[in-house]
Amino acid sequence: MNNVLSIKKLKKIYHTKEGETKAVEDFSFDLKEGEFVAIVGPSGCGKSTILSVLCGLEEKSGGEINLKKDSNVGYMLQQDSLFEWRNILDNCLLGLEINKKLNKETKEYVISLLNTYGLKDFIYSYPDNLSGGMRQRVALIRTLATNPDLLLMDEPFSALDYQSRLAISDDIYNILKKENKTMIMVTHDIAEAISMCDKVIVLSNRPATIKSIYEIKLENKTTPINNRKDKNFSYYYDKIWKDIDFHV
Amino acid sequence: MYSKEHINFLKKLKKEKIIITLFQILILIIFIIIWQILTDFNIINTFIFSSPKKILETIINLYKTKELFSHIWVTVYETFLSFSIATILGTVIATILWWNKRIQKVIEPYLTILNSLPKVALGPIIIIWFGAGIKSIIVMALLISLIITIINVYEGFNSTNQNKIKLMKTLNAKKHQIFFKLVLPNSINTIISALKINVSMSLIGVIMGEFLVSKKGIGYLILYGSQVFNLSLVISGIFILCIVAALMYYLVSFIEKKVSKKTD
Repeated sequence: MNNVLSIKKLKKIYHTKEGETKAVEDFSFDLKEGEFVAIVGPSGCGKSTILSVLCGLEEKSGGEINLKKDSNVGYMLQQDSLFEWRNILDNCLLGLEINKKLNKETKEYVISLLNTYGLKDFIYSYPDNLSGGMRQRVALIRTLATNPDLLLMDEPFSALDYQSRLAISDDIYNILKKENKTMIMVTHDIAEAISMCDKVIVLSNRPATIKSIYEIKLENKTTPINNRKDKNFSYYYDKIWKDIDFHV
Repeated sequence: MYSKEHINFLKKLKKEKIIITLFQILILIIFIIIWQILTDFNIINTFIFSSPKKILETIINLYKTKELFSHIWVTVYETFLSFSIATILGTVIATILWWNKRIQKVIEPYLTILNSLPKVALGPIIIIWFGAGIKSIIVMALLISLIITIINVYEGFNSTNQNKIKLMKTLNAKKHQIFFKLVLPNSINTIISALKINVSMSLIGVIMGEFLVSKKGIGYLILYGSQVFNLSLVISGIFILCIVAALMYYLVSFIEKKVSKKTD
């Protein structure tokens, strides 16, 4: 399998008047096509920074990021940030509009995504008529609209209540697998990481470096909700839990 | 069909509304009647306090000499002109400030000082620079409404949700796309409420300008009345001004209802 992404010795330093903060240091890692990877670590360790840098929102201070040629990165944020004055379809078309790729074909594609993933009756509704879980699904389709090969997700479910969270992580997992995407997810929820991903990267306290990488080998890998019942699930949970320096 | 309880509830709401409107009108009527009685019995001096009858006569007189509407028209026209200029110019300047943070930082202390300066203090300078005509009045009104428009609209632009801006950036949006697709539609409501303030600010400015220089307009009417000690004319002017101000306010509220969009 090919590497979609290869990161070598990534470094990120934040500068303020008061001084500098090393957020990420010596972060190296390869991502294969079709792989789902979770990044976990103590809060404030610089997890989200890595995604921001990967997506180009922030400049890196050092190191190398090599993205597979012609690949397209999509970024899904914690807040759905849907525009209240646009209906669901227009919200999903935003990325296409901005990148001047909106045509009949791409529009049809977005409509088909909405139809397939349970938003058929809401295409012309406005965001305030949707539940939190549905809004998050719209946010995912907005990200998928530009047909990215690599998806970066920054705590995509943490704004939701527990029930919706479980349901939507199942949904999104299925959507991403079906659409053949590669994904990196930042989360603080260990169970979510194990149940959704093939690999879990544990980060150290700031500056974030890789502490360990766990390859998740479940007996019977299916959907996230079922994966939580797998025999090996608690084994990984305990190991990763002990590995993270949680400070209360 | 609604339940009996619900119909009763609606009736109650309606009744309450009627009572409130009734009292609002009653206060005005009682005020006018007392005023008239006091002057009829010579308890207060009509020369100084005028009387409802005299005010009505004055207004009818103004109407007969065809002065009434020409004065109103001049004031409304000046207000509309300065309101439009302030709104357009204010929004454009606010956009420039949003676009270029450096310009905004440079200009900020000047805006703050200009905003807190009582503009009427500039009156004498304005007359000398712009002459005794409509130009001075417009400049006066602009000084009062423009700065506040810039500040309000800029605040509106700046209060755009940071997460939404981040989202636009993740979608590779350029600055003009962030502005036209997100910041501007997101600020429509702020801009409209700025317009609401702007109408009254422009009217204040125009009346102030008409006090300084003018040969026409409601402000002129009031000032002229006081100079010849015709208190009936002064109060008539104020009364007409009240009506004009109220009409303008409701017009903008009406437009607000039509245009306002859903934002968070």
